[in-house]
Amino acid sequence: MTRTLSAPVTVAFDYTRSTGPVLGRFLTGLRDGVVIGGRTSEGTVVVPPPEFDPVTHEAVTDFVEVASTGTVTSWSWVSEPVKHQPLDRPFAFALVTLDGADTPLLHALDVASADEVSTGMRVQIRWAEERVGAITDIQCFEPEQGGRAASEASDQSRPRDEEAVTGVITPVELDYLYAASPEESAFYRGLAEGRILGQCCPTCQKVYVPPRSACPSDGTPTNEEIELPDKGTVTTFCIVNVPFMGQKITPPYVSAYVLLDGADIAFLHLILDIPAEEVRMGMRVEAVWKPREEWSTTIENISHFRPTGEPDADYDTYKQHL
Amino acid sequence: MAKQPAAVIGVGQTHHRAKREDVSMAGLCREAIDRAMADANVGFDDIDAIVVGKAPDLFEGVMMPELFLADSLGAAGKPLIRVHTAGSVGGSTAIVASSLVQAGVHKRVLTVAFEKQSESNAMWALSVPVPFNMPVHAGAGGYFAPHVRSYIRRSGAPTHVGAIVAAKDRQNALKNPYAHLKNKDTTVETVLASQMLWDPIRYDETCPSSDGACALVIADEDTAKASPNPAWIHGTVMRSEATTAAERDQVNPQASRDAAAAIYKQAGITNPIEEIDAAEIYVPFSWFEPMWLESLGFAAEGDGWKLTESGATALDGTMPVNMSGGVLSSNPIGASGMLRFAEAALQVRGAAGEHQVDGARRALGHAYGGGSQFFSMWIVGSEQPVS
Repeated sequence: MTRTLSAPVTVAFDYTRSTGPVLGRFLTGLRDGVVIGGRTSEGTVVVPPPEFDPVTHEAVTDFVEVASTGTVTSWSWVSEPVKHQPLDRPFAFALVTLDGADTPLLHALDVASADEVSTGMRVQIRWAEERVGAITDIQCFEPEQGGRAASEASDQSRPRDEEAVTGVITPVELDYLYAASPEESAFYRGLAEGRILGQCCPTCQKVYVPPRSACPSDGTPTNEEIELPDKGTVTTFCIVNVPFMGQKITPPYVSAYVLLDGADIAFLHLILDIPAEEVRMGMRVEAVWKPREEWSTTIENISHFRPTGEPDADYDTYKQHL
Repeated sequence: MAKQPAAVIGVGQTHHRAKREDVSMAGLCREAIDRAMADANVGFDDIDAIVVGKAPDLFEGVMMPELFLADSLGAAGKPLIRVHTAGSVGGSTAIVASSLVQAGVHKRVLTVAFEKQSESNAMWALSVPVPFNMPVHAGAGGYFAPHVRSYIRRSGAPTHVGAIVAAKDRQNALKNPYAHLKNKDTTVETVLASQMLWDPIRYDETCPSSDGACALVIADEDTAKASPNPAWIHGTVMRSEATTAAERDQVNPQASRDAAAAIYKQAGITNPIEEIDAAEIYVPFSWFEPMWLESLGFAAEGDGWKLTESGATALDGTMPVNMSGGVLSSNPIGASGMLRFAEAALQVRGAAGEHQVDGARRALGHAYGGGSQFFSMWIVGSEQPVS
């Protein structure tokens, strides 16, 4: 058995980007099948256009259409493409200075092997079949095929009467492994047996649940194991009425700090089996466990807490936990 | 070792909106920067270093945005530093910038903080479920609502005090041309009638989600003396503490109290309510006004709500708080702390327009972040502090 528990986490969101007028102009060009550069105060044509001039710092407003053919100025071979890369077969990432531009653009170059790439080679844009106003409208570069590229691009050009591109959507997805600390792992393993295991800080004697790798006050790991009852007191709470993206529990629900008897810190859990408006600070509650066959190494083995029916705890017994 | 004097000589901000789809992040920052530099009467060539701040990366999904922003911020060939302290970051960013001047490292530092909340969803970003844990988290409101309930219980405050704050700040926002919310019909009654989102916090007691940026030019003594109306920095402070600890005071955190004590000592203030003329305090949920009034020493523990209820914190009150309309009226999270610091500077420069407090000579700017665990504050004055 490994010392720590871990579990996969995926964080994914489709971010919406406002392009602003300069990058919007560039992306509108791509949608229309042309590449737009920006001319700086020093006369350099930069692709994609910079939003602000590197010398004067003024907004760039002088736009130039450059060719869809160009020259490779440097490159790197990708022998094993990974998910989300421009091509699903080996390819080159290349810096291509388009004819009419002074600076290179980074993109993929579709050739069969590294032997077919060289600095100085002539290439042309292979346009995507569906163009939407994104850098992927350039599907990739390919070796120049003598004069065909320009006509091909113009054949594919749309009439330029559509609205300018002002935004793009950027999906971001992070997959990673969340690892609980050794102390937390002991706590979650205890839950898998229906036990709630806190630990005491050897320096300040406070009982932490879950236990900590470093007591926030002293920096020492909690060590002495203390089994806690599944009964406690609601110190404070809120009623969540608001729905939101990714929410796991349907509102309204009561999210409460539950201070288990014998613990020195409360943790957040759900209160049910009582109307939300009747939940009180000081209310005595007990854990309602899910059926044993559903247990695993998670606090979710406790479905929720419910009132015990005991009289409310005196304010003085929990006020130092607010 | 004494610090070098430093002052704010330029303030700029964007018009804050729910969505600024007309500008990129760079364009948003430049809108604030260009205004701050025009106000300071300086150009990029006069700037020695740039300090940038924004809220957690998941909020916009851009890791290290300072890399792609460097050119647009005029940072090529200059030091560029990014600061990161959750919701307090705008304040911390201004403090890092001022430290570079106070340390004698640079003469003129540009600082900018921004957020483009419309490109993401902060509620989602703050509620990503953590394995093995109970998925009861519900954004910032869900985090702070239980502690607001604790404050109400501890202080015995009547439940309408939060609504007084919300109505006041929304009315103040009407006088601020840059504010996001312009709800002229907001009253205590309409706030109380609004939907309960995270009981005890109502919809109208929460901050909006905004796109916006703020920028400041901070300069050394010689530059500041040549400026018509510098806001001299009388003190700065940052303090942090653990998010969760046994018996941690979440209503009046130790780090907040320590920060207040430290900054008053620096500024030579012994009675803040008498010696500070205006305070711009980070209040994303209305009840945090009375909570921070106590923590910051403007009222005794348990009495903050009495100050609010008395009307003292109104624009024409004896202790005006959140003259700009505050976080409750504009909340580009990364910039929100710097907007508080900027408002304090505007007040002592006599440049706050319709939301000017007459004769303000010393003002407090305040920000907090995370689970009430990061604090940053500064005190600025119309006069150079006596060292």
